[in-house]
Amino acid sequence: MTETEPLPRRSAHEVETGPSATRQRFVERGDIVAWGRVDRRPQHWARPQFRDELGDLIRDPAWPEKLAIGLRRSYGDSCLNSGGALVDMTGLDRLIAFDPLSGRLRGEAGVSLSEAIRHIVPHGWFLPTTPGTRFVTLGGAVANDVHGKNHHMAGTFGSSVTALGLLRGDGSRVMATPTTEPDLFRATIGGLGLTGVIEWVEFALAPIPSGLLDVEIAPFETLEAFWSLAAESVGSHAHTVAWIDCATSGGRGVFTRANWVPAGGLAPHNDRSLRAIPFEFPGFALNRLSVGAFNEFYYRLHKMKAARQRQDYQTYFYPLDSIRSWNRLYGVRGMRQYQCVIPWGEERVALSALLAEIARAGQASFLAVLKTFGDKSSPGLLSFPRPGTTLALDFPNRGERTLSLMGRLDAIVREAKGALYPAKDGRMPGDMFRLSFPQWETFARLKDPAMNSDFWRRVSQ
Amino acid sequence: MNAAPKRIVILGAASAMAEVAGRLWAAEGARLALVGRNADRLEAIAADLRVRGAAAVEIEVADCASVDATSTLDALAQRLGGLDVVLLAYGVPGDQSQLERDPAATADLLQTNFVSAAAWCLAAADCFERQRSGALVVIGSVAGDRGRASNYVYGASKAGLATLVEGVAHRLAKSGARAVLIKPGFVDTPMTAHIAKKGPLWAQPEALGQTIVKAANKGGPVAYAPFYWRGIMAVIRNVPAPIFHRMNL
Repeated sequence: MTETEPLPRRSAHEVETGPSATRQRFVERGDIVAWGRVDRRPQHWARPQFRDELGDLIRDPAWPEKLAIGLRRSYGDSCLNSGGALVDMTGLDRLIAFDPLSGRLRGEAGVSLSEAIRHIVPHGWFLPTTPGTRFVTLGGAVANDVHGKNHHMAGTFGSSVTALGLLRGDGSRVMATPTTEPDLFRATIGGLGLTGVIEWVEFALAPIPSGLLDVEIAPFETLEAFWSLAAESVGSHAHTVAWIDCATSGGRGVFTRANWVPAGGLAPHNDRSLRAIPFEFPGFALNRLSVGAFNEFYYRLHKMKAARQRQDYQTYFYPLDSIRSWNRLYGVRGMRQYQCVIPWGEERVALSALLAEIARAGQASFLAVLKTFGDKSSPGLLSFPRPGTTLALDFPNRGERTLSLMGRLDAIVREAKGALYPAKDGRMPGDMFRLSFPQWETFARLKDPAMNSDFWRRVSQ
Repeated sequence: MNAAPKRIVILGAASAMAEVAGRLWAAEGARLALVGRNADRLEAIAADLRVRGAAAVEIEVADCASVDATSTLDALAQRLGGLDVVLLAYGVPGDQSQLERDPAATADLLQTNFVSAAAWCLAAADCFERQRSGALVVIGSVAGDRGRASNYVYGASKAGLATLVEGVAHRLAKSGARAVLIKPGFVDTPMTAHIAKKGPLWAQPEALGQTIVKAANKGGPVAYAPFYWRGIMAVIRNVPAPIFHRMNL
């Protein structure tokens, strides 16, 4: 289904229309960085407010290659485009339609999950699945086919997308659904924004009986204990995840599993009172000792708390969102993240090897997350989740030392026929990407030639 | 929302500040009429406000700078079933160097920012005075507090508007109706998107929306937004001319 682009309208009211044509459409910004804050290359950036502005931006001849971006929670260079220009979609944050009976929500691509949740929770609905931060946009959730703690029940975010609107580089508008334009749909889900500008997203919500979760916290001492906790929880708990202590190699950690509480009110959260890290911490703040001490403290604290408790959804799903810009803890050099998935059959050997390698390197990681994926197949050609176990780790950026550790981790993942997650990546070699995504050639044929990112330039060469 | 829904007309409804205020009013269940030039944009905003809880959203595609204020406002009040708030949020910043060279451009800017805005203010004042209730909320600017080389034509249009709204507030005081001038400082909107460096003085439109909605309920005739601009502008107004003239502002 292709609609023609409406004619651009001129208006005397600059307040309504944005910068006039005499100004450059894209301004150079030195402060547009990804969540990891490692890559500081300047970006050319524009932030439209309305869909009718997108046509001129996407066809602007000054920059042949564009990339639409959202709240920049991707860690590496998949949300950067230093060889082209960025279209910041956060100004397109309007809800388009919501049916409280069927639980369908349609919103512009710049709507944040946080805003969406605030509107749907009072009606007894929640996101079908949610990543660990609510500060991502609908467009970003689709473009990275994000997953959450309930992957074994709900699959990825893309599994619940019923339709999306795409503005292609040639100015045409396409509506893609699983049945109309199915190829473009599969390429756009998890497609890193490379198939065009996602203008709007429609998706199916999940009904909730309350805004509270019944959370069970279970410390474990070994990886073996983790596997059995994960296996026994798949049928009984909607949400499971584990934190793992990577400062020690034994594989101790804290497993949490949760279900929605049957009754208890449907109060939405509020984003107004959040605290922020006001400045970048000095680079030495997170070192082997401080992270080791933190992990020891965190483990003991949860060992004491081990029990069942009620948590509201923002406490359970988004613990890190309570401190805005926590990434500044890692100092001016920023951080890198490593997230891999290891398919079933290889998990025991590979996970032990990964943890041993990390402990031996002595590079601090205090946000290490371990989670098993279910069997639901992901809809996107470049979707990351697949049956197996995923491990996500943050590392302060120590330059070459960090890169060489990640190279050694790559070797283990390769051996286990695993994959890396583009949303978290700023360094994977091209062959690692191609091994991770066997359908990448099909995707490359569907990619819009007017779209590009620093990530794609790097891995497609 | 036990009280009857507020009936609100927004002039220049597609501006960033107006849209944010509209969302807050929608969440209270208000009935809103959006006036602006671009039908597609107004439709997109209207859909959003309906999802966010507005009891009704009317659209009037019109150029606020040239349409007849009195008859348009009367018609909108009828469609809404009454009128409680008028938010005037349209205006153009102009390009100072072009305005200095081109008297017609200056006349256009004054027509939009002052002449037409004055007509809306007087029309709203008549209505609110008759019904002895209602609030006129007008977006001015700190640029109207002291003429500066970089934007004094725009500043003059907002200074004129400031005096007019001050007078309307005085006139309405006896009736129980109100008029408020909002004076935003630096706000991160499309009007200022070309300014790359945003420091600690820059406010997000969301904060301005709060100020607008609050000002429509209660408070004095002038609201700086955020509040600390009152202090900043007090200093800027009182810098002696010999010093001020050496500054590049």
